[in-house]
Amino acid sequence: MSLSFSEQAKKEIEKILKTYPDKRSATLPILHLAQREFGAVSAEVEQLVADSLDLPIIKVREVLTFYTLLKKEAGGRYHLQVCRNLSCTMSGGQRLLDFISQRLALAPGETSADGKFTLTTVECLGACQLAPLMQLNDRYLGELTEDKIEAILAEPEKWV
Amino acid sequence: MGVKIISAGFDIEGFHRLQVYLAHEGYQALRKVLTSMTPSQVTEEVIKSNLRGLGGAGFPAGRKWSFVPKDSPKPKYLVINADEGEPGTFKDRLILLNTPHMLIEGILIAAYAIGAAKVYIYIRGEYTEPAKVIGQALEEVRANNYLGQHILGTDFSLDVVIHRGAGAYICGEETALLESLEGKKGWPRLKPPFPALVGLFDCPTVINNVETIAFLPAIINRGWKWFADLGTERNGGTRLFCVSGSVNRPGVYELPMGTPLREIIYEQAGGIKGDKSLKAVIPGGSSAPVLSRDQIDVKMDFDSLMAAGSMAGSGGIIVMDEDTCMPHALWVLTRFYAHESCGQCTPCREGTGWMEKVLRRILDGTGRPEDPENLLRIAHNIMGNTICPLGDAAALPVISFLEKFANEFDFHISQHRCDIEGV
Repeated sequence: MSLSFSEQAKKEIEKILKTYPDKRSATLPILHLAQREFGAVSAEVEQLVADSLDLPIIKVREVLTFYTLLKKEAGGRYHLQVCRNLSCTMSGGQRLLDFISQRLALAPGETSADGKFTLTTVECLGACQLAPLMQLNDRYLGELTEDKIEAILAEPEKWV
Repeated sequence: MGVKIISAGFDIEGFHRLQVYLAHEGYQALRKVLTSMTPSQVTEEVIKSNLRGLGGAGFPAGRKWSFVPKDSPKPKYLVINADEGEPGTFKDRLILLNTPHMLIEGILIAAYAIGAAKVYIYIRGEYTEPAKVIGQALEEVRANNYLGQHILGTDFSLDVVIHRGAGAYICGEETALLESLEGKKGWPRLKPPFPALVGLFDCPTVINNVETIAFLPAIINRGWKWFADLGTERNGGTRLFCVSGSVNRPGVYELPMGTPLREIIYEQAGGIKGDKSLKAVIPGGSSAPVLSRDQIDVKMDFDSLMAAGSMAGSGGIIVMDEDTCMPHALWVLTRFYAHESCGQCTPCREGTGWMEKVLRRILDGTGRPEDPENLLRIAHNIMGNTICPLGDAAALPVISFLEKFANEFDFHISQHRCDIEGV
């Protein structure tokens, strides 16, 4: 097979497998690892994960397609996830989503042609005291204003 | 100033580090438990403290432990639910970030009480930083013999593993969480059997929320009576109330169980933003039935809120001012439940989607006169007809919003627009 995990990832997988009494329980941790390693869980990666778990591919797919953080295709380098739940909406979240959407010329769900930005909405991130809130890659950015968003979009590398 | 137990640590510089925690009575409760108490005595202490399950269900924590069979030949598991996702709730994240050792000490105490040798902390996938902080704290305790083999020179050994979720609200439901831990999609299990008998890997399992567990060191250090006396009858201690929405100072406030909602909104959270008047409050996370402005003298504990027709739930308080369009707020919540329904039970899978569509057309000015009745019928067809409480959680807001703010829905339907100026 052309695709394989790096040596370091293989060691990591060995370690993960030891923390559960059965292999299947390691499905989520190994999917997370695979996504970090390859950027997304393509069909090829999915097979690799299934092989490392000794599972039929369908068992991996049912997990891959159930959880929103797992991606079959890689998005942009900067993934903006704007919260659309109640506390954020009440604090102007929808307006800010529209603002970002307009500034990037992207509808929620789209990735820019240069592969720099992906814009999506997300449900409650569990930090409503910071509303309105979004997640930029792993980082929570709260108390958003149009000015702050301008600054983030201009130099996203400084905010991740 | 009232008593602060968990949040006292939020303001201490470096409290997430072992050395700082040790300087503030850290791991003394663990030492006391391991050297001078039997597991049954620990459970008894927690039962008498009236500590409730603070993830949302409010089940007495000690009693939950007591259902674990003592003579089972199978290994027992403790699972920590850090899959915080109930909209309006943001306390567990702060505990993981600021007071991880309080949580770990609580985990050790609970594991000792139920006889667990292995613990899984299930943290929602988005909590990257919190997972990192708790991971570092676990490394610290492993290096210092507070975790691992023969803890503090005793016969007690424990292993703790962090398991990251991947974006699914349903996995906060305890049996969905177990399925997810076993590497499956998060479909809730039928109960019985309850997890205390047949849980993770078919073994006896206790699932407790982060905040519940983090209170244990204080209960052991100061005794059940001190904790019980802080709260109301059958609702011991304090809890972390999360206030968001139209208030001047959104944030987490640790207050005694039974603190009046009015005090939390007006004294702690600084009142309504822009000096507007209050319209409604969701008192216990998005699943809790909405309260109208004339109900805010309710005491914020599990029993009082149930008597008021709502729920103390996760402690997430969402405050809505006079300018909040209630049909819109309900649509936002219903869209959430439609998105998060796991798809296992037909009434919830189909019903949440229908409710979302009907609410959307009401907002778009194309609602029909029979739509309030349609919504209620769908909600009542979901209630009680699903495996897990997500169905009820989706139905309860619909029923309560329509009951208390019917005029707003009627206005949208008859006038084809919103009655709130400027919205």
